[in-house]
Amino acid sequence: MSEKEEIGRRQWLRDAARFVALGGIGTVAGWLLYKQRAQAASGCPSSAPNCNECGQAAGCRQPQVWQIDPNRCIACGRCQINCVLDLSAVKAVNCFALCGYCDNCTGYFPTADYVRNTGAENQLCPTGAIARKYIETQAGVPYFEYTIDERLCIACGKCVVGCRLMNGSLYLQVRHDRCLNCNECSIGAACPADAFRRVPAAAPQLLQRAAQAAEEALANKRHKKT
Amino acid sequence: MRRKENIKSSDTRRGLKRAALVLVSLILLGVRFASAADLYPTPEFSNHPIPQSQTPAVRASWHEPLDLVFLAVALAAASYFAVRGRSRAGLFTLSIVSLAWLGFWRKGCVCPIGAIQNVTQSLLDSQYAAGWMVLLVFVLPLAVTLFFGRSFCASVCPLGAVQELVAVRPVQVPPWIDHALGLLAFVYLGAAVLFAATGSAWIICRYDPFVGLFRMTSSAKMLALSAAFLGVGLFIGRPYCRWLCPYGALLGLLSRLSWRHLRIDPKGCVQCRLCEDACPYGAIQRPTIALPPKQRLAGRLRLAGVLALAPLLVAAGACAGYYMRNVFASVDRNVQLAEEVRADESAAGRAKGDSPIFAEAKIGTVPRDEVEAFRGTGESVESLYAAEARIRRKFAIGGTIFGGWVGLVFGVKLVRLSIRRRRKDYEPDRAACVSCGRCFWYCPEEHQRQELIQIE
Repeated sequence: MSEKEEIGRRQWLRDAARFVALGGIGTVAGWLLYKQRAQAASGCPSSAPNCNECGQAAGCRQPQVWQIDPNRCIACGRCQINCVLDLSAVKAVNCFALCGYCDNCTGYFPTADYVRNTGAENQLCPTGAIARKYIETQAGVPYFEYTIDERLCIACGKCVVGCRLMNGSLYLQVRHDRCLNCNECSIGAACPADAFRRVPAAAPQLLQRAAQAAEEALANKRHKKT
Repeated sequence: MRRKENIKSSDTRRGLKRAALVLVSLILLGVRFASAADLYPTPEFSNHPIPQSQTPAVRASWHEPLDLVFLAVALAAASYFAVRGRSRAGLFTLSIVSLAWLGFWRKGCVCPIGAIQNVTQSLLDSQYAAGWMVLLVFVLPLAVTLFFGRSFCASVCPLGAVQELVAVRPVQVPPWIDHALGLLAFVYLGAAVLFAATGSAWIICRYDPFVGLFRMTSSAKMLALSAAFLGVGLFIGRPYCRWLCPYGALLGLLSRLSWRHLRIDPKGCVQCRLCEDACPYGAIQRPTIALPPKQRLAGRLRLAGVLALAPLLVAAGACAGYYMRNVFASVDRNVQLAEEVRADESAAGRAKGDSPIFAEAKIGTVPRDEVEAFRGTGESVESLYAAEARIRRKFAIGGTIFGGWVGLVFGVKLVRLSIRRRRKDYEPDRAACVSCGRCFWYCPEEHQRQELIQIE
């Protein structure tokens, strides 16, 4: 075989291999795209148990985002230190529909060394991120509304643990105006409760069961009034 | 006979005890349920509506299609600069733009390197489907590489770009070190696929050395790793790309088949030898010299020996992988959890019959957050153990394949090193060449083409 022929043969082999490789890549990509579409059409591709809006196929074709399942979360405090952001993308959220508006809020005041005074040193929150606002006194009982200032919240989860002694209306959520939506969530990798899961971006919140029920009841009540 | 009766009566007594225990625990449970349902009701205020909890929406995803457009345009431009334009300046400028866009602005996520894991898990996990954006990010650079070589590495990948920027005094690495360390990338690729396929961990993302730099924040150990890579990168060109990047390993394979690859000389090599040491990545292959017949025979014998050795390496690797299956499996969080729960249960079991003080001493450690959290979910221990067994089975298969893959990588490397391909000119090694364009500078033909010099 002459040298020229050998080069020609090698070139032919390379061309053939290139098109085989291209076909292979195309097949895999096409199949995965088909699988994604099929899952989107058949229902929710994530294993999120609480995502109610997941019947819609349109939502599922959108990229998925990370969220905490509050039913599994134990508010261990690792969200505070494991996020790739300096200030964690996880924040405490109050479900007002479930909140008891208690005067003696166990998410606001510590249960140990309790001093009934709203000075910073007597609050449970280390950054004073919970605003306590007097609303009304009914039958001699004063009620207060607790709102979280997300700029100050550091996701330590102390208030969440405290609130679970009462109604459990405070819970931790990934805030998607902050979250970078990393390919592998670094908090999720460190989460002891396996509470991080991918949810469709169209319905990025996950509520606790009780909170879900309370929200729905409140929505019904509002609906009846109007 | 009497003894038998005794046993019987003690059995009934034990049974009664158990029944009482069940009853008490049921009552206790009932009380717990009652208290759980007994929430403090949300008051109805006279003139204060109960507010809705704030739920910020996902940030607008307009930048995702934009990223794809950028990726496609950058790949096209890099291919043009490498193959047709022959412009090192163009490639370098583009790499700075890519570093700024994909690295510092978009924070390096999602990247094709990490997308290996999305694709793997998507192929094997019925619960997970990678989005079309991730699929395209994974496929586009592969397809371009099949036609124009590693343009992606040249000046689109922000990880490559940052290493290209810091490579100010690159030295030549001895080929044997280069070849040996180059195997690591394939091992890393295999490991990434193994852990993504079992759904255990995405190690490429977890140990990405530069993402902390792009985000300007990371754990201390990852920042130390970034600093180490950049420090080494001052003197050794692109250490991550050459010896670790799993996607680079894939692209290297495909680049061998490329249709039009970057050339050192614009038309034909005049063998002036000026480019011999131009490449900091050891990707310039020198012309070969004809060997005397004796050495050719020795070479053939060596090739035969290595070809016979390769299957043995694969088999040995597979065996080693199978024996290390439990080491691999211990990376999985469910396996870790099951082991912790098992340890906790056995400690509790051992401590049962003792007085509380002794029991506590025997348990010794307080159960960790993981165990507490698992108990809190109310899932049964049996289902956890069943999940653990499933994952261990996956690792038994996956570990064997991974071991075989490592053996194959070593075997193929030995075979490739034993094959002598005749070369008359200086050529880029298509697998190792990242199309950085440094070699153009050294070629007198290129200087003539650009009319920097005139030859009478």
